[in-house]
Amino acid sequence: MLGLVYWQETAIKLGVIMGVVPVTSLIFVYVFLFKMMSYMQSRLGPMETGPHGTLQIIAEAIKFLQKEDISPDNADKHVFVMAPVVVLMSTFLLYVVIPAGPDLVVQSLDTGIFYALAVSSLSALGVLMAGWASANKYALMGGLRAAGQLIAYELPLVLAVVGVVIQAGTMNLQGIVVAQAEGSIFGIDWIGNPYILTQFIGFAIFMTAAQAELTQTPFDMPVAESELVGGFQVEYTGFRYLLFFMAEFGTAFAFSAMASVMFLGGWGLPFIDSTDNILNVVGPVLMLAKVMLVAFVIFWVRFSFPRLREDQLQKFAWKFLIPVSLVNIVATGILKVAF
Amino acid sequence: MTATSDPRQLSYIAHQAADARVNVELHTGDMTLNIGPQHPATHGTLRIATELDGEVVVRAEPIPGYMHRGYEKLSEVRTYPQVTTLINRIDWVGSFANEVPFILAAERLMEIEAPPRAQWIRTILFELSRIANISLFLGDMGVQLGAITPVFYAFRDRERVLNQIEAATGGRFHPNFDRIGGLKDDLPKGWIAETRDAMAKMRDFCDEMEGLLMGNEVFEARCRGVGVIPEDVALGYGLSGANLRASGVDWDLRRDNNPGLAWDQIEWKVWTHPDGDSFARYWVRLQETREATLIVDRLLDSLPSGPIMAKVPRIIKVPEGEAYISTENPLGEMGYYIVSKGDLGPFRVKIRTPSFNNISIVPWIMKGVYVPDVITILGSLYFILGDIDR
Repeated sequence: MLGLVYWQETAIKLGVIMGVVPVTSLIFVYVFLFKMMSYMQSRLGPMETGPHGTLQIIAEAIKFLQKEDISPDNADKHVFVMAPVVVLMSTFLLYVVIPAGPDLVVQSLDTGIFYALAVSSLSALGVLMAGWASANKYALMGGLRAAGQLIAYELPLVLAVVGVVIQAGTMNLQGIVVAQAEGSIFGIDWIGNPYILTQFIGFAIFMTAAQAELTQTPFDMPVAESELVGGFQVEYTGFRYLLFFMAEFGTAFAFSAMASVMFLGGWGLPFIDSTDNILNVVGPVLMLAKVMLVAFVIFWVRFSFPRLREDQLQKFAWKFLIPVSLVNIVATGILKVAF
Repeated sequence: MTATSDPRQLSYIAHQAADARVNVELHTGDMTLNIGPQHPATHGTLRIATELDGEVVVRAEPIPGYMHRGYEKLSEVRTYPQVTTLINRIDWVGSFANEVPFILAAERLMEIEAPPRAQWIRTILFELSRIANISLFLGDMGVQLGAITPVFYAFRDRERVLNQIEAATGGRFHPNFDRIGGLKDDLPKGWIAETRDAMAKMRDFCDEMEGLLMGNEVFEARCRGVGVIPEDVALGYGLSGANLRASGVDWDLRRDNNPGLAWDQIEWKVWTHPDGDSFARYWVRLQETREATLIVDRLLDSLPSGPIMAKVPRIIKVPEGEAYISTENPLGEMGYYIVSKGDLGPFRVKIRTPSFNNISIVPWIMKGVYVPDVITILGSLYFILGDIDR
């Protein structure tokens, strides 16, 4: 884009992703886990380290790095070591397609959504690896629960997105943003057409399924700290636990970003031409605001809901979410042809 | 017994055996899972050995005793006033209620009766410790089910009750305030108005819990029909307290066998629920907390004046005899059987604690439930570990 050689461009992109994932998960942990949760629970959260405890998150990271790297005697060492890396890898790969402006995207793939949903299910593999390799019964149960849950919720996630794809006519995330900015609802075009207005069922299903995909309460049975004492993470300490933690919040950010791109209009503004350079400046700010909004809902639910049981969760996915999302697809298709 | 003495061969056999053991443990046909002694759901060190078929519990057995402190034995080498310090620590979240039945039993042996004002204040403090105890349960049940926020509200509002207990007795958790023949002190100035405020706040807290947790669909889905205890089984296993009342048994020692405290002087209601499931147990406890705040309010209205101590000899010697007094404690029926030989201390004290009987139903109730239900049931049976092991 700036006339760089291929390897220079690749190096920059790599650097950006390597930087963005930790930073976003740090932001999420601080804003939501430390502060929002504290205020919801009528307490202050960290206040001493830095102004309003902003540096607490750095202190926590350093604490994890200092801890001893323990792996159980009976553990399958190689798999045990690889598991958090696999989980984190899926997070890193997700960020490849998420756009923050007309030119601010690592790789604008034509099959963007398809790619994103595909790599996000990689994490199920990592979780299963962790659960199996820990040689711990709690971890094994957590891993199996995670596998069942992630597979069950992958489907509504994909089906919820199909409605958006039909409306936008493209799977490219950039294309979807442009389609929303330039679209119109029944001839009214000054707000564009953020798909949350027409695809509100799809949005609701997407958020529910994302909640399960991110293993946040009420769908956090794989972790379930009050019954499985952490599930697949139970044997992990120090740095490796930090990797899981980072993956959790990094993926939460990525899914919030995907939701805001697909349903809230992403970086696009309806009254500005979508190739305008100004959007490269305004776009990221807009995106961050929308991501925070979506993530607020995710964490709001997380902090106030009890957890469902595994069988109830499966029932909910197969008997409710999937039929509803199929109906949504059919309705979208008919309306698309009709208008 | 082994046919070989070659150390290398022996170590090979040992390795084979270890491998076989690992494989057997990972075989999920009948996996044995130890829940506890260190497990967040056992709030303490209760161990529950479960056999699982997948996620279904085939057999569960509670194994208490990891925190046994020998209070019955220790009581024998202490004088009567010293014993209350110990028994404060049995049910440590509602301490004052532990002292009362012991003191009442000793008073019965000595044939003295505390003056009315002392009885009234005892009853008020008893109900305050009930609120302090059960309000913790109301929030903690949320944590057991994965909702982390309610417990913070519980701790926040429970603090008001603890402040009142502290203002009156000087101890937040372990008041050690009850004396044979009355109480250590009278109530401090301004305490009555402050307690009324705190009670109003606790009623708000109950409303909040009703909306936040009990009205939640996920909570209902997790609790309704889970861990159902029929009436006859509940009676058969000797359950008491809210666990029994949630099975539809209208039984409350405060009303049925009042040992002289002020409960019979006011109007109040015993709450029961016909379902007998985890939800019913939560519901009954919630209603009970609200009722307890009303009881405190009404007792404060009719608080008599007068002395707070009967005439008691300086050195307390309890005449020879035996007495059993039980009261309706926050967790259920708690009783002390005291055998006295006329000494400074009791000859033998048998402590009947509610939680020990309440968890005895675990093997019966946990057949064919899912692993998450184990936590729901344990949470809803509501035991305090010190109350099991003492």
